[in-house]
Amino acid sequence: MTGRTVTGGIGAGLRSRRLVTLPSRRRVLVVTVIALIAAAVIGLLGIVAGSSSLTIPDAVRTLLGAGTPGHQLIVIELRLPRVVAGLLVGTALGIAGALTQTFARNPLATPDILGVTSGASLGAVAAIVLAGGSYSVGAGLLSLGLPLVAVLGAMISSAIVYGLAWRGGVDSYRLILIGIGATAALGGITSYLIAQAKITDATAAAQWLVGSLSGVSWASVWPVLVCLVVITPIALQQSTTLELTQLGDEVSTSLGVAVQRHRLLVITCAVVLTAAAVSASGPVEFVAFVAPQIARRLARTGRPPILAAGLVGAVIVTGGDALARGVLPGQVPVGIITAIVGAPYLIWLLTRRKEQETL
Amino acid sequence: MTETRRDAQAQAQAQAQARAAATAPALEARGLTLAYDRSVVFEGLDLSIDAGRVTTLIGANGSGKSTLLKAFGRILQPSAGTVRLDGRPVREYATREVARRLAILPQKPLTPSATSVRDLVSRGRHPHQSMLKPRTPRDAAVVDAALAATGLAGLAGRDAGSLSGGQLQRAWIALVLAQEAPTILLDEPTTFLDLSHQLDVLELVRSINRERGATVVMVLHDLSLAGRYSDRLVVVGEGRVLADGAPWDVLTPDILRSAFDLEALVVPDPSSGSPLVVPALRPESTSGFRWPSA
Repeated sequence: MTGRTVTGGIGAGLRSRRLVTLPSRRRVLVVTVIALIAAAVIGLLGIVAGSSSLTIPDAVRTLLGAGTPGHQLIVIELRLPRVVAGLLVGTALGIAGALTQTFARNPLATPDILGVTSGASLGAVAAIVLAGGSYSVGAGLLSLGLPLVAVLGAMISSAIVYGLAWRGGVDSYRLILIGIGATAALGGITSYLIAQAKITDATAAAQWLVGSLSGVSWASVWPVLVCLVVITPIALQQSTTLELTQLGDEVSTSLGVAVQRHRLLVITCAVVLTAAAVSASGPVEFVAFVAPQIARRLARTGRPPILAAGLVGAVIVTGGDALARGVLPGQVPVGIITAIVGAPYLIWLLTRRKEQETL
Repeated sequence: MTETRRDAQAQAQAQAQARAAATAPALEARGLTLAYDRSVVFEGLDLSIDAGRVTTLIGANGSGKSTLLKAFGRILQPSAGTVRLDGRPVREYATREVARRLAILPQKPLTPSATSVRDLVSRGRHPHQSMLKPRTPRDAAVVDAALAATGLAGLAGRDAGSLSGGQLQRAWIALVLAQEAPTILLDEPTTFLDLSHQLDVLELVRSINRERGATVVMVLHDLSLAGRYSDRLVVVGEGRVLADGAPWDVLTPDILRSAFDLEALVVPDPSSGSPLVVPALRPESTSGFRWPSA
């Protein structure tokens, strides 16, 4: 996927030559509200979906504090953390994707290209494999240490990518190329670690790498929530500036944008959100890539609307997880669902249009 | 502090600023060294741009005229020396304050997708807006005026991506107009346009200068058009200013020969009286490029 980022051409992707219904703020608002409602409904379905039978009225009653002790346990302790984690992870990935795609002016630019995901993966896999394996280190490492190591890996690798891309300022094309290189190198080390590992550790690592919500508890929800609460207002505040930077660095400088400061801020927001999401669930494929593009098409704007992209991400992750638990047999990780369902949906969206889209 | 005292103080301040602006050049480079990585384009350059006039930078390909324009427009940071804007080093201003005083239109701005011409042009209002002071009716009026001045009022609702080259260039100039900066830098504003559209753009530039009193600095390739539409020509090359002055003083056969390696006649333009550069026929022997004969 990352290879196509280069051939696609930076800036070529977001261009379209047709007459448009103008990007009205109202349309963006409507799409955002609808996505919010959809996320709430799918969250409710996510609580109901699963092996033990539970009806929607049961779930609503329990959420309002009037459920039986049995329902209380299932809903509040087992299902709710998973659903909330899904919503938060999806929102974080959707917003991070919208930010990176917009600042890079390229719909193929996901936070992955900043080295966040590959760094987090290397950190987590190294912890699983080198720390003597998940079994000997035990649940303590898995629930607390692993997310921490993943965040650390994400931060270090994206800082290195940003540092290497710096040449009196960071230009997004250079950043993407270096990010692709770093992703390949880190991926190589991760694969090496897995190849060297004991079979049980390799399995644990592979499971983490797919991205799954099966291990989450309330403890893994809080960090993501805090990150979202802190970062989302900053990201939204950069919205106008992101719009101006679509005109190129030179025009935005002329219009009074401190381009480098803005870019660092946007990248930091995307990195923190992605790192938080990945630490909770592992890398859930395709969400940061697909959610902003779906939101952009629904809102018919030139760039992905930030909040709507986050909510579409929430719908995708929670819906995917509910689908995996309620409909499919066995324990299918949500990362597989998002890739299998998300990618064809995007292709369908693209082929439905008569215009040529150089995505 | 009473209302009247504050007014008096503000008035005095405005007068002082006006005095400074009247004496200070709009832009001034002092000891400017410009470089890309290790290749130095200019070293210790001094050049000042008078307010209220049209100054055009000309020079051979690779002579550094766009580089100089970028340094004036703070897109390129100088390795040494300072650029002064309205008498003060440009670094001392807040970035939005610079944007209210100086606008630059680069050679290849990026056209955003799914954006109407009006939305594109209204982005020029950004330096005048803030979180506390978002859109005002005046912003809309300025944008309307910019659209009208560039003949785009009828196309305001169109997607910017669907415009022709000439229309798009006018849209970008409208954005610069909406910015209302007294100093405007234009990097090759006529490139890729046919002659008639080139004239449209240059007439527009001249009217911005005459009617708004804007200071204009531009880079042009066509020497005759530069001579026709400029008050002053600055020839750059070899890392310095090779010639500087009124069009008739600069566009001479000698200077054209040394700066552009061009043998040319310079005659009065029959329609405007400005210098018209007529390249001489090159005898075969001195022609630089030839199709190899069999």
